[in-house]
Formats: sequence, structure tokens, C-alpha cells
Amino acid sequence: MSGVLTAPFRLFDFFGGLKLDYRKDLSTRAPIERAPIPPQLILPLSQHAGAPAKPCVRPGDYVYRGQTIARAEGYVSLPVHATTSGTIAAIESRPIPHPSGLSAPCIVLDSDGRDAALPEPEWPAAGDDWRALSPETIRERVRAAGIAGLGGAAFPSFIKLNPGKPVDLLVLNGAECEPYITCDDLLMQERALDIVHGAQLILHALNAQRCMIGIEDNKPDAITALQQAARAEARVEIVPVPTRYPQGGSKQLIQTLTGQEIPSEGLSLDLGMVPYNVATAAAVWDAIVHGRPLISRVVTVTGYGVAQPRNYEARLGTPFGFLIEQAGGYVDGTHQLIMGGPMMGHTVCGDEVPVTKATNCILVATDRDIAPPQDAMPCIRCGECAEVCPARLLPQQLYWHARGREYAQAEAYHLFDCIECGCCAQVCPSHIPLVQYYRHAKTEIWTQQREKRKADAARERHEARIARLEREERAKEEARARRKAQLAAARKATAGEAEPAETTDPVARAIAAAKARKAAPTVPPATQTAGDDPVARAIAAAKARKATARTADTAPAPTDTAAPPQAGANEDPVARAVAAAKARKAARATAPASDDAPAQNDSGNAAGNDPVARAIAAAKAKKAARTAAAAAGTPSDTRSAQDSASSDDGDPVARAVAAAKASKAARSAAGEAPPPQTEPQAASVSDAEDPVARAIAAAKARKAAREAGGTGTDGDAGQ
Amino acid sequence: MVSAIVALALLAAVFGLALGYASIRFRVEGDPLVDQIDHILPQTQCGQCGFAGCRPYATAIAAGEADINQCPPGGEDGVVKLAELLGVEPKPINPDNGVAKTEPTVAVIDENVCIGCTKCIQACPVDAILGAAQQMHTVIAAECTGCELCIEPCPVDCIDMRPVGATARTWVWPLPGDEREAEERQVA
Repeated sequence: MSGVLTAPFRLFDFFGGLKLDYRKDLSTRAPIERAPIPPQLILPLSQHAGAPAKPCVRPGDYVYRGQTIARAEGYVSLPVHATTSGTIAAIESRPIPHPSGLSAPCIVLDSDGRDAALPEPEWPAAGDDWRALSPETIRERVRAAGIAGLGGAAFPSFIKLNPGKPVDLLVLNGAECEPYITCDDLLMQERALDIVHGAQLILHALNAQRCMIGIEDNKPDAITALQQAARAEARVEIVPVPTRYPQGGSKQLIQTLTGQEIPSEGLSLDLGMVPYNVATAAAVWDAIVHGRPLISRVVTVTGYGVAQPRNYEARLGTPFGFLIEQAGGYVDGTHQLIMGGPMMGHTVCGDEVPVTKATNCILVATDRDIAPPQDAMPCIRCGECAEVCPARLLPQQLYWHARGREYAQAEAYHLFDCIECGCCAQVCPSHIPLVQYYRHAKTEIWTQQREKRKADAARERHEARIARLEREERAKEEARARRKAQLAAARKATAGEAEPAETTDPVARAIAAAKARKAAPTVPPATQTAGDDPVARAIAAAKARKATARTADTAPAPTDTAAPPQAGANEDPVARAVAAAKARKAARATAPASDDAPAQNDSGNAAGNDPVARAIAAAKAKKAARTAAAAAGTPSDTRSAQDSASSDDGDPVARAVAAAKASKAARSAAGEAPPPQTEPQAASVSDAEDPVARAIAAAKARKAAREAGGTGTDGDAGQ
Repeated sequence: MVSAIVALALLAAVFGLALGYASIRFRVEGDPLVDQIDHILPQTQCGQCGFAGCRPYATAIAAGEADINQCPPGGEDGVVKLAELLGVEPKPINPDNGVAKTEPTVAVIDENVCIGCTKCIQACPVDAILGAAQQMHTVIAAECTGCELCIEPCPVDCIDMRPVGATARTWVWPLPGDEREAEERQVA
């Protein structure tokens, strides 16, 4: 025995910590028993740290044991496997073992009792050839197997296999320092060889040369078993470490083994070390060599509240209550159900919650296990908590700041270096539940960070929206200016003025276009009708450009100006707006002359590029049709379609705030002055939500009406 | 005497140059105060403050044209932070601007009732509503700020504000005192 406990090299120590009453012998009397499969298994989609998995089966599907039923979403995520064969009963929210007692999405699996394995494993079992596998393959398979840290934190294991820097030392954590929990102890006794093999495999994957397995010296059987298993492997050292809580914290264990302290908010990887739980190493071995995903784990069912405490190898998804029944059921006086140990565990809401990858222990606690909480007294600043804190924090200061909701200060006192071991609360003479204060502060800070991120995203989206609206407004302005120029040019052209030849000036080009249209009235309608289809439009544009090139020296080509704005109509909102404006113009020109159908078509063209405008146009058209049923509503329909686009203008918030006012004003205005038939624009624009936009639209409409009425050229050009 | 004058003149020249350079080199564009205020505001863009969004309100506060207690979504915490930043006394939220929500909410569109009018899309200040004319609309819950600006424009009243329930991921451990207070409230 003494030989076992003599370390071959110097051990170090960590600060603080406590000697506790371990009560581990409750559950170490019997070997691990394979628990039967319950009739129904509940598999939470988030059994690991990181993003929840995404289901890839449907209720009613038949699945085999080991089949992937939910895929990993994102990098820090893991798949979920069916832990037996059967039918998916539901995918729904079920209570999960979480301190909040909340429910989370789970896949509910009805076992068919056959426990049939997947005929062909999802990845090949490597058998004895595992040394031939590349680290990448091992990593992928460890991920596909859904392996998370089995020590309780459930961090996806494959991530630690991708360290990105050289690793000197693999630390396997078999300390299991928390009272009551014995699952790792028994696993080390019974599957020592698998653990050592797993260590070899992980060393191979990490390309590391040395492994230390730290085991608290209160587990002599496990130490002996592992020493025997590792006799042939010189790279793996079994190191008994002193029994002192929280020796099993990875930072504390690394400090004990190597004397190196992990920097504040740093990782063990910063020191070239990677820690794994011993059970995780065995799971990695199973996954690579036997092609077996993580579908079960060893769970300690213990406490004075259960008749026969012992360890079970339970399928993930087994309800707590089912395992407790296997262990002889509850004993009178049970007062709480805890997942994890008495120090770091948390109560769960009921025994219907399932075993997950993080469930190392189910503690059925009576008053004998955990004294009922005593009323907290004021802090007397005795400083006991600082004496025992293994992270060398100042628990008292953290407490004051957390209590006063001064989270920034708590962070400044390194709140996030707290491992929530509970030593401070254990020694507190005032019985202050210190850890809960720290947990509150941590989760509150995370919430604030989340809200901050959300606010930033909202600001960004709002700014992007404003920029977009401004851009659209500008485009409309430009379109208006161009249209005006065209009209003016058309008038001038009729007066017989000389026109400039090919030019880059938009105004001049517009003048030319208007002239050209007048000269060759059949060409523009061709491009207009092509406007429906972006492809046709593009083709037309290309043709037009070609024609322009050919006739560059001579008189301007008929389609010269129509082409450039329409060419880019698909991508550029400015061009789109120009096109829309053109269409609107055409519509206006045709509306007074033609009947309902073409006007409708044109309005469709005008709005066709912009779904919002189209939607508004549709709504407005319906409304106009309803209100002006008696009158000849056709022109107003078209007009409303055109002008409605202007309701996109302006600031959305201002518009929304003013919406009530505006609509009220509109209603009253409509009541006072019903839209006369000669001015159908007024009726349609009164629907516009923004008073400014409405005014602009009205002005535009009036002007357009005047111009259309005054000059026949407009209509001709449109045709 | 001369050497003293020369030395002082030299010092003055050196510091003057240094300051002049610094004022050009480290010049701050824009008004950092507006940015700081804007970062405290909750960015719901709801307009309850009477301004067309959070940034205009921040600008108004910085210019002294608006009070710090006009933002109900920011709540008392927001007012306290603004008061700290501006060195003024915190004050309760102005009831004229509305009441602070007790819990975050998100807009939900009843798809069966939605007629696809796009009015809510135009009202949404953060483009969190997805849809097209005559097509069903939906709210991107993750982007919704709960500003309620989409409620009024809806012609068929198919938009509801629903509380965002805590999930296991967003849940916050209660302060131990909170539990006691809650129990005391129950007893009372």
C-alpha cells in the first residue's frame, strides 16, 4: 500500500481547500451495474456546453441504438445519438436537470426493447489499427461520437483535441474530490485498461509525449488498478494526489501535479497542457476503437435518501426516477434531489428529468446528507472564506459587490476566476450562501453582455435602414430631376432647338432621349415592355448600348437614354428607382387616354421592382376601388400606385410616431374634401402615412397633371 | 536673465508644438458624448421619448434639449447610468413617455390573420419583419427590439407582444435575498 501511495516525484500543492466528510463508501460497496433500459428515454438537445443540436429525425421515425438523431449546430456543439432502438415519440420541451427547473427541447424516444444497434456504424471501428488514424480523423470521430467532458462540465471534447499549439502534457483527472461521487473511482477500478488505452490514443491525437493521471489517495483500489494497467506504457504516470477538496478542479489538479498555476481567465492550454476526465478517455477509446458513440455513462446514485446506493451504467436519457427505483427507491425523509455532489451540484425540479452527459451523480439527500439551510446572518468579515478559496480570490468582496449589484466591481475582483467550489460558503460562520451570489453575478453579467450585443445589433440595423431609406429617397429625387429635365427638353425640342450629340451629361442625355423618343416613337415602348423581365431588360439594354456604339458619331440613337438606367435596374436601387419613375411616367401618360387594363399593367411595371411599393400599390388600389366605386376610378388607381411609392420616404420612426396623427388628418381631410374626379391624385395621396411625403406627392401630382394637360408631347414620348 | 528667458521661451515653444501636434493628431471626430449616451440607450428605436429613435434622443440629451428620464425601455437602470455619465441627479421615468416594461417582449404575428399588407414592415425600425406583399409576414424574433411600433399600423390587429421567456441558457440565478423577499411577499 505504501508503495502505491509513494509518488515517484515531487508533488506540489494548491492554495486553500478543505478536508470534507466524503461518504464515498455509501456507493463503492457494489460494482457498476448495467441499468436496464427504461420504456421511454428523454434526450435533451443541449447536453453539452455550447449550441444545442438540431434534430434530424421526426416523430414516428424508427431509430437504432447509436444513430445520430440530432446534428451539431455550429462549432461548439455536439450531436445527440439514440441511446437505444425504438420510435421517436416526440420532439418537445421537457424538464431538464438544470438549476432553473426550466424545460428545454428534448427528443423523446420510446424504446422497443430490442436495443438493436445500427447495422452499419456511422464511422468504422478502428480496432487495433488506431495508430494509423490521423489526428484530424480522430477529432472528427470524437465529435461524431458526441463526446463531452464526463467530469460534469460537459465541454465538447473534440475541441481540446484541436489545441492549435504544441501540447507537452495530457492530464487525466481521476481525482474525484467531491463527496459522495464514486463513478470515476469504480470506472478506474473496472476499466483501467480502457482508460490507459484512451490516454495513449489522446496522446497520439495531440502528438504529446507525457500523460499524468491524478487520483486522490483515498482511492487506493483505483490507483492499483491503473498502475497495473499502465505498467507497459512508460508515457503514462499514475500520480496519487492528496485528498483535499477541490483537488479535482482541473486548475487545482494541474497545480498539484506540475506546480504551475493557470493564469487568471486563462486556459491550461496556455501552459501546454490539456486536461481530460478519466471517463472521457475511456469514451474516446470506445468511440475510436469500437465505433461506439457516447450513449451511456456511469452515474452514482447515492445519498441516505435512497435504499441501495450504487453506481449504474445508465443510458443517456434515463429518467432519474427510473434509476432511483433500480436502487431500491426512496427512503422516508428525502428532502431534495441533487444532480452532482453536495458542494457543486444543484437541485433538480423532479425525478422525471433525464440523465445527461453531465450527470455524474444523483444525490438523493436527506437532512443527514445536507443540513437544512440556516438563515444567513450578516457578514462579520472574519476572512475565513479568503483562507480557503482555491482560486485565491476575496470571496467577501465578491459577495458585497454581487449583493450590491455592482457587477463591474465584482468582475474587477476576478469573479470569473471563481470555480464555484463552495469552500467559502462551507466555512462561512454566518451561513451566507456565497456561491449563489457569485452565480447570480455571473449569469447577470452574461445577460447584460447579451443585451449589449443585441442593442448593438439593433443600432446597426437601424442605421442601415436609415441609410437605405435615404438612398432610396435620393434615387427618387434624381429620378424626379431627370424627368423634369426630359420634359423641359421635350418642350425645347418641339421649338426646334439644336440638340447636343452623344454626351455624358444626364440632363443632355435626357433631352436627347426625349427627342429621340419623339423622333422614333416605337422604340421606347419596346424597352418599356421589356421592363417586366430583368433578363429581357438586360438584353434590351445591351442591344441599345450596341446600337449607341454603332451610331456614336451620328445623331443620337433612339434608345440611348432609355438603356443605361434600365441596364442596371436589377442591382442598383438608384437605377431601379429611375426605372420605376419612368414606368410611372409612362403609366401617367397612358392612363388618361386608355382604359383600365393597360393602366393596371403599367402600375404593375412601376411597382414590380419593389415589393413594398407593389404591396402598397395593391392595397391602395383596392381601397381606391372601394371608395371611388361610383367614379371612374381607373386613373386614380394608377396614380395611387405611383404616388404610394413616396410613402416609403422619410424616417420610419418619425413616420410611425406620426402615423396616428397622419391617418387621423387624412381621414378628416377625406371627409371634408372628397376626391374630385378631375384630381384623383388627392384621394390616393391622402392615404400616404407621412404628411411630408403626402405633400410632396400631392405637389408632384398637381404639377404632372398640369404638364400632362399642357403638352401633348409627354404622352407621345411615353408611347 | 537672458538664459532664463531663452529657456522659458524654448520650453513654451516645445510645449506649444507638442500640444498643437496632439490636437491635430488625436483629434476626436464628432461628439463623443452623443456616442456615450447612445450606447447607454437600449436601442429599441421605439420613439417613446418623443424623438425619432435612440440616436436623435441621445443628441437631444447631449444638447440639453431633452431630459434623461424619457426612455421607458431603458428603465431606472438606464436613467441611473445616464445620470452618472452626465453628472446629474437620477429621476424617475417621466410617465408621459410611458411605463417601463417588467419583462422583455417580442412581437408575434398571427399568420392566419395577416393579410400581407407590409405596413408593419415599413414601421419596423430595425427591419426585423420579413415578408412581401400578399405574402405572410413574420417577425425575426432575435432581431425584434419589442418597440411595439408595428402594432398600430396593422390593419387587422394581428400582431401581439409576447414576453420572451427565460431559457436554460438565458436564465439568471436569483440573488438569495430575492428569494427571501419573494417569500415574504407571498406571506404578506
